[in-house]
Amino acid sequence: MAEKMRSPLGTAYGLGSAREGAKEWWSMRLSSLALIPLTLWFVVSVIGNVGADFETFVAWVGSPIPAILLVIMIAVTFHHAAHGLQVVIEDYIHTEWQKLTLLIAVKFGCVLLAVAGMFAVARIAFGS
Amino acid sequence: MPIANRPLSPHLQVYNPQLTSVLSISHRATGVALSAGTLYLVWQLLAAASGADAYEIFQRFAGSWLGLLVLFGWSVSLFYHLLNGIRHLCWDAGFGFTLDATYKSGRLVLIGTAVLTVVAWVAGIAAWGGK
Repeated sequence: MAEKMRSPLGTAYGLGSAREGAKEWWSMRLSSLALIPLTLWFVVSVIGNVGADFETFVAWVGSPIPAILLVIMIAVTFHHAAHGLQVVIEDYIHTEWQKLTLLIAVKFGCVLLAVAGMFAVARIAFGS
Repeated sequence: MPIANRPLSPHLQVYNPQLTSVLSISHRATGVALSAGTLYLVWQLLAAASGADAYEIFQRFAGSWLGLLVLFGWSVSLFYHLLNGIRHLCWDAGFGFTLDATYKSGRLVLIGTAVLTVVAWVAGIAAWGGK
């Protein structure tokens, strides 16, 4: 899909992104689209879990549909967040080493948090 | 090579804030805030996965004024970023580019954020009272 977004003339002229821009643009739109129903489901779930004690919450996380949707939501959320933060950093930080350090920290941090979140869901779902 | 003393394009501070520009920067600000907010969610999940004691520490924070304030900020940011994100997707699809439509959709986003936040908190407080 991303490849199709570049017109043949644009490719011939070498216009547009010099590197992976079109692909990143499309993946951001795709993750936004996925996050619309995921976040709405999540908000409804948060309200449904208001005042829940430990056992109730763990039982909810561990049941099939919430577990599956939570893992998908975590994956898409951190993918979206990593991309969004990258754009913000690239726009506002102009000192090369600071930019690079932040970009790497954000990417590593997002992967760490995503895996930690998925691990927590998996541990609850499958029993420690 | 020394950088030539070329004229620069005017920077942000020479412009008056307008609804469109304020909404635009707010989209970024709420995106960054929501990224930080994911720590809260991951903490809750890890606490729940660790056991009742760890979860109680989380719950004590979540039920405190600071915890509720964080949750409120998170909910406003989420609804705003969600609605303005849909506005962005409409632009990407080629709709709503006129100046008039941009202001109209901007106001809709603000109204929608307020409505969704109130509805969510009323539902949440009602659910809390029902338990």
